[in-house]
Amino acid sequence: MTIVKLDPLPACGKRRTFLSGFTLSATAIALLAGNEKLGLVGSASAQTANNDVTILNSALGAEQQAIAAYQLGAESGLLQKPVKDLAVQFQGHHKAHADALAKAVAKLGGKPVVPMKDYHFPKEKLKSQNDVLTFAASLEKGAVSAYLGAVPILTDKDLAKAAASILGDEAMHWAVLRNALGQNPVPDAFVS
Amino acid sequence: MRLLAAFLVGLLTCAPVLAADGNAERGEEIYTRCKACHALEQNRVGPRHCGLFGRKAGSVPNYQYSAAMKKYGVTWNEETLDKFIENPLKTVPGTKMGYAGVKDPQERADLIAYLKKATSDPKICD
Ligand code: HEC
Repeated sequence: MTIVKLDPLPACGKRRTFLSGFTLSATAIALLAGNEKLGLVGSASAQTANNDVTILNSALGAEQQAIAAYQLGAESGLLQKPVKDLAVQFQGHHKAHADALAKAVAKLGGKPVVPMKDYHFPKEKLKSQNDVLTFAASLEKGAVSAYLGAVPILTDKDLAKAAASILGDEAMHWAVLRNALGQNPVPDAFVS
Repeated sequence: MRLLAAFLVGLLTCAPVLAADGNAERGEEIYTRCKACHALEQNRVGPRHCGLFGRKAGSVPNYQYSAAMKKYGVTWNEETLDKFIENPLKTVPGTKMGYAGVKDPQERADLIAYLKKATSDPKICD
């Protein structure tokens, strides 16, 4: 009698091109990276410098929004001294990110986006220090995800590295804010 | 035998996921990935999401869309959203949503289930 040993991966593998990135389990991360590359083959438009400008400009828009949000927080009168100092420091990081991104966009021949006049933040819902920190944490978490969504599709490796470096900084902000809120600062082994 | 087993494994691990199978609670968590640029109620870096289902792409007032999104022409529903969110830059070449997308079909289904609920919730969206 013969025992047929089946490895599930080859069976799935044949379909990988149209089922790209099926699962996010830890063991699939490497696969996912491979799938992503497959998915981009043949899509020349996804690989142009033009796209790099688009990606950097979206990130720049998110940074400008974060700067405005920390401004609102700092001026709200809701933050106690040490927390307010932290907010101002984080805002400084976002300003540095925005400067770097704007320069990179210009270098690629693009036009850096300008900040919006009004972000329509939910001011009426920000009534305590915790409200402000929760809101800031949601923007930082979003920023981590936005950069995670930028790193694999930036054509220029140096730009991808810069984006990853910013991602790390924003993840630190997110963790510190969660800690200040009494939440588990690092809830997962992977960010998403 | 080998074929049958391979088929079963394929079914178990590779069955397509439909938006109808989405879990809105998990989707709310996935929506945190969008919040650097989007809010339900207000235009931010990206357009507001309230009223998304049944709306034409690129049609929120007072939001500066890319030319590509303005002429994309679809109406947002489960299918069109699934396709866009999987790979925005490929689905709408020239869009200014610079984001790789959500690659996992189950995560997209969850996200879309959440969006369907939240974007028509009268407590959030007026
Ligand atoms: C880096 C910023 C950014 C992130 C992150 C982002 N978006 Fe967007 N999104 C945009 C921008 C900018 C537009 C406008 C696109 C255009 O005009 O081409 C947009 C447009 C859209 C649209 C079209 C809306 C309409 O009114 O036609 C949908 C739907 C959408 N985004 C969903 C999402 C979802 C869901 C996520 C999270 C998984 C997400 N976006 C993450 C920036 C972002």
